Amino acid sequence: MAKEKIEAPKLTGKIETPRIQPGASLACQHHKANEQFLTGLGYPSSLVENWQEKAIAKMGELLNKYKSLKLYLDICVRCGACADKCQFYLGTGDPKNTPVGRQELFRKVYRRYFTPAGKLLGNLAGAEDFTEEVLKEWYVYFHHCSQCRRCCVACPYGIDTAEISMAAREIMHSIGLGTKYVDEIILKVFNFGNNLGMQPKAIKNSLDFCEDEMKEAYEEKGIMDIDVKIPMDVEGAEVLLVVPSADFFASPHIESLLGYAKVFYQAGISWTLSSYASEAGNFGMFIGSYDGMQKVASRIGQAVRDLKVKRLVIGECGHAYRIAYSFWNTLIGPFDTLDKRYPIPQHICEFTYDLIKRGALRLDKEANDEFVVTYHDSCNIARATRMGDMPGGQFEIPRSIIKACCNKFVDMPQETIRENTFCCGGGAGLLTDEMMDIRIKGAMPRMQALKQVIDSHGVNFFALICAICKAQFTKIFPAYGLSMDMVGGVHQLVSRAIVLGAKE
Amino acid sequence: MLSTSYIFLAYFAIIIFVFGILCKVWKYAVIPNPLKIPLTPAPTNTIGVILRMVFEVAFFKSLFKSNKFTWLGGCAFHLALLVVLASHIRFFVSPVPEPIMLLQTFLQSISMFIGLLFIAPLVYLFIRRVWVDRTRFVSIFADYFVLILLFLIGLSGITMKYLIRPDLFAVKTFILGLISFSPEPIPTNPIFITHFTLILILLIYFPFSKLMHGCGIFFSPTRNQIDNPREKRLINPWDKRII
Ligand code: HEM
Ligand code: SF4
Ligand code: SF4
Ligand code: SF4
Repeated sequence: MAKEKIEAPKLTGKIETPRIQPGASLACQHHKANEQFLTGLGYPSSLVENWQEKAIAKMGELLNKYKSLKLYLDICVRCGACADKCQFYLGTGDPKNTPVGRQELFRKVYRRYFTPAGKLLGNLAGAEDFTEEVLKEWYVYFHHCSQCRRCCVACPYGIDTAEISMAAREIMHSIGLGTKYVDEIILKVFNFGNNLGMQPKAIKNSLDFCEDEMKEAYEEKGIMDIDVKIPMDVEGAEVLLVVPSADFFASPHIESLLGYAKVFYQAGISWTLSSYASEAGNFGMFIGSYDGMQKVASRIGQAVRDLKVKRLVIGECGHAYRIAYSFWNTLIGPFDTLDKRYPIPQHICEFTYDLIKRGALRLDKEANDEFVVTYHDSCNIARATRMGDMPGGQFEIPRSIIKACCNKFVDMPQETIRENTFCCGGGAGLLTDEMMDIRIKGAMPRMQALKQVIDSHGVNFFALICAICKAQFTKIFPAYGLSMDMVGGVHQLVSRAIVLGAKE
Repeated sequence: MLSTSYIFLAYFAIIIFVFGILCKVWKYAVIPNPLKIPLTPAPTNTIGVILRMVFEVAFFKSLFKSNKFTWLGGCAFHLALLVVLASHIRFFVSPVPEPIMLLQTFLQSISMFIGLLFIAPLVYLFIRRVWVDRTRFVSIFADYFVLILLFLIGLSGITMKYLIRPDLFAVKTFILGLISFSPEPIPTNPIFITHFTLILILLIYFPFSKLMHGCGIFFSPTRNQIDNPREKRLINPWDKRII
């Protein structure tokens, strides 16, 4: 299985709704988490003896903790309006990858144990025992959901399948069933403070390297007096910047890190990274664990207090910004020591856009003239956060930054951007090699939309503000016959366009 | 005997309907939202949220954007449902107030149209459910059951109106008797008894079914939350740091 080459769908520029193919993506599943990861996170070390009983008890507990779960299990009318909206259904044709099909896997167990009709009538009421077979399907299909909320836009009641797959993953963990990829990463954050398990010294080395690179690049252009720093663990800095750890070394992520650094340099605002809170990402959300998410986030609260900063800014990362924007205040707030005149926390795009608006940055658009740029709205940012004061600022602000840095910008078709954006196909724990099949197929709608603007406008730069999107697309583009060099960050464009030094 | 059983059954159904819904709604109201999850872009104030809900409930705005075919059928059916319910008011109040009388007279004049408006979308929704492969795949018996039940209610209603007319005075006496807790005998028209039985089944079934969507939608956090997590801290009542 692993070695087979996966055929990517043909790039035609059209997104077609497939006919159903039951079981089409059943074979694509995650490696299971082993004892070390599960116990490290405080879960049973393997599938427990009485798992069915335990799982049902956990379900009962969650039904009383999450309004969304209880309500959304009750009120779906199976109208199917969401069915053709999920990229994983569009890519695979597997009806259990439709949002409603996915929900039904949960709902039939819920009916069996928690509704009078299901208890009395069983199958006739659409209820089913929680059998091993059902559990197997749970493991597959609830891990095929990237929690992107595209279905939620379509649903007449706002039913959010992400809420249900998070609950399913939490239930599975409670009986000792998790994925290696996600659980290993959460454990790394518990132990080292970042998803990659990087030690402070390794981060520091990488930052030093970046500083040298930037200095050399400027010196080559004959600019000798510019020395952009990437400070870490500086007590008393104005701003604490928390970035996804991929920004420290992965490509193209690192280019955006240079962009952030140059923006701070030019703005003259003192800032720092933290080696203790060296990760913006928070995979606790992926497994639906409130406590896990809180524990991961608590490192940021600690860093804010230790470094005595006044402002808190988040780097380019989709789910991280959702958690920061929507959940931090609940999880680790209130942030009494921070300066209330600024949003807490603030997205790096809000930060940069603010400076642009005030005329504090000089941007040379011609530096990006070799690019025709399009922008992918990361689903977590598009549908679960806001930037600026106006609803929809999360769409306008990144685009405004790009337009301030580039002469050539074009949007992909309307039905594939903004609140209708497709997921990259790699979110919520899919970004691992064994899931390549569904990652490639799930990326299909986005790739078709991109193909349209490549053909019509010659787009050659695909701008992103999400670490997972960047990693996913650099892997996926070659499968579709596109160059991974097209993939980059919004602050990568800023980094190229920004003119440093005193204003004349 | 027939009357006694039906009177008993009617009260039973009403009690189940009312308390069933109250229980469910109570649950929907008290189970907490531990986290902010509005679907953005979302309104940043209460008025905005009210507007958003009005557009969802009155015009099925999201459904309109996501599936025009379903929207059409859904809208037609729910509109008909509303009108049909309105045209039944005359059986529940005595004397009928002037404005309602006027409304009734108007509705009576287009009753054939209303009947069709009620039945046709149900047939359409049924066909669509079977026709579209992915909807057929996810449909369960309950989905067909409500459509058939409502269809039969509509059909028996139309039959009464145009074929086998019951004694309307007896019907009204019966209903008012139930309402005032001084029961009167049930009219013996077989179609009326069928119509009435089906409605009682619907009432009993309602709180335990997906029909709760009509109440549930108002509690949907992705739609009814204000987008202000940074400005206003949401407290999770079961957060370990609090309890
Ligand atoms: C606030 C009130 C209500 C709203 C906003 C609402 C909204 C909706 C929407 C958007 C749909 C999906 C579209 C469709 O499948 O046709 C639907 C379906 C349905 N509704 Fe309602 N509804 C409400 C009240 C009711 C009530 C009181 C009933 C009681 C009979 C009802 C019966 C149905 C049925 C049977 C369907 C399923 C149609 C199908 O199978 O496709 N609704 N409703
Ligand atoms: S759109 Fe909503 S109500 Fe319709 S099937 Fe999907 S989740 Fe259920
Ligand atoms: S949240 Fe996204 S991935 Fe999950 S079912 Fe909905 S559309 Fe599909
Ligand atoms: S990686 Fe990006 S597009 Fe994919 S789920 Fe995360 S935010 Fe959405």
